[in-house]
Amino acid sequence: MIKVKNLTKHYGNVKAVNGISFEVQDGEILGFLGPNGAGKTTTLRILTSYLAPTGGNIYVDDLNVIDDSEEIRKLIGYLPEQNPLYDDMRVYDFLEFVAMARSIEKNIFKTRMNEVINLCGLKGVVHKSINELSKGYRQRVGLAQAIIHDPKILILDEPTTGLDPNQIVEIRELIKALGKKKTVIISSHILQEIQATADRMIIINKGDIAANGTIGELMSDFKGKTRLTMEVKNATVEDMKKITDEIKSIELKNVAIENELLCSHLEYSNEIDPRENIFKYAVKNNWIIMEMNRHKTSLEDVFRNLTIEEGGSNEK
Amino acid sequence: MKNNILMIYKKEMSAFFNGPVAYITLVVFLSIGGWLFTSTFFLRQQSDLRQLFDLIPLLFIFFIPAISMSLVAKEKQTGTMEFLVTLPVSDTEIVLGKFFSALALIGVFLLFTLVHFFTLLIVGNNIDIGALLSGYMGLFLVGAVYASIGTFGSASTNNQIVAFIVSLLIIFIFFIMGKVLMLIPPGLGAIVQYLSIDYHLNNISRGVIDTRNLIYFGSVIVFFLTLSVRFLEMRKWR
Repeated sequence: MIKVKNLTKHYGNVKAVNGISFEVQDGEILGFLGPNGAGKTTTLRILTSYLAPTGGNIYVDDLNVIDDSEEIRKLIGYLPEQNPLYDDMRVYDFLEFVAMARSIEKNIFKTRMNEVINLCGLKGVVHKSINELSKGYRQRVGLAQAIIHDPKILILDEPTTGLDPNQIVEIRELIKALGKKKTVIISSHILQEIQATADRMIIINKGDIAANGTIGELMSDFKGKTRLTMEVKNATVEDMKKITDEIKSIELKNVAIENELLCSHLEYSNEIDPRENIFKYAVKNNWIIMEMNRHKTSLEDVFRNLTIEEGGSNEK
Repeated sequence: MKNNILMIYKKEMSAFFNGPVAYITLVVFLSIGGWLFTSTFFLRQQSDLRQLFDLIPLLFIFFIPAISMSLVAKEKQTGTMEFLVTLPVSDTEIVLGKFFSALALIGVFLLFTLVHFFTLLIVGNNIDIGALLSGYMGLFLVGAVYASIGTFGSASTNNQIVAFIVSLLIIFIFFIMGKVLMLIPPGLGAIVQYLSIDYHLNNISRGVIDTRNLIYFGSVIVFFLTLSVRFLEMRKWR
């Protein structure tokens, strides 16, 4: 189990990570979500011992990153954000170098190498120079080096950045397959990425944890609103404005006449459903409803709400 | 520890010889060195390599920063340092592996200059083999000191050009100290003389292998390699 306790990291006066704490259970796929500059990469870099924390600590079972850095690195497979690779090496030589660094026994080296090459789909490029590879293949090589020693923990920082949609699906499938046996922490600023792969997500913003839970938990915690778009015939703007007097639970956000149709945006709490009342009101006033479209709060809305200040951006 | 140093060493050696840098540097080094040495070798009519032993440290001032500038700085620049230091390899092992690879390349450079040694054996007479061997030993030690400075220069920045300039500057200071002793106030003279590479190299080149000289070379190498490790570790605390 990974325990992050009061982790702090300052770059000069900038607080990149601000005393965060969370846990990751064995065999869990944790999504680490946040806008650019939120502190995701910094946290992962501390876990992999690239950086030292300013305060707090990270524990992996009985080990901690300050005192047992090398032991922890043996347990981790890491794909850094930029996926740095030695361009002048061939894929096979690079993986052999990593296998040596990971102290993979000579008698299992070939078997392991073949497993990883097959799993990551590198068979056709294994004797090619890394600088000849496409972005997708480079990412696969990055993943292959991260899993070659069959690590207990897999850390993937923005693993699908720059990939085309087909490659993204392939890498996601691979991550999900790996996640059946390992603890995986996957970081991304793309919500769909985390939604597609993670069991649980932590939303981090400006170095603080903004939310922590399963997708369902986050959605239910967020008391959002539903937006209803209506196009109505035989109604005037004045008629529409009166609807809120009749149905108190709704708010009229916008109303305008377009192409002889009255277009309006209504909003109400996710916990109620006033559509029946709206329909009855329309019938009573002889309106003809041409279109009624409901937009429920999505995870994107939750994410935006948690990471964007009112009227401002999420950048520090 | 030994395995990790060897692993880094092998990676660096393959990087040197898979690319053009090592070959170009070697050809240029041997061409310049060979021409400067042989153009006066037969005129002097002396059965020694004194001139070569004076010339090579001078060439090393430029060539060793050139081969060592990429050791750490390139890894920082391309981002592979993040990959390397998150493997279960210590910063000391990384620095030592890289230093030994530069040292091995210097060894290859010196190996090729043995052509002059064998030429001397063929054409010369009354040759002092001991002095020649200790001369080569001195060159190798000077190369090792310069390589440690080159490793430090490379670890101090993520820009290879800056690494080259920093290394060249420090090496030049060590080189020039022995040449400007007459300008140094008498009180400081002994200290500057002890710190200068020239003083220790001259002793070894004469065939005098004194432990004080060996301790000097060893201390400077350890000092700069330790500084390199500290600079590498600084990424954690930035």
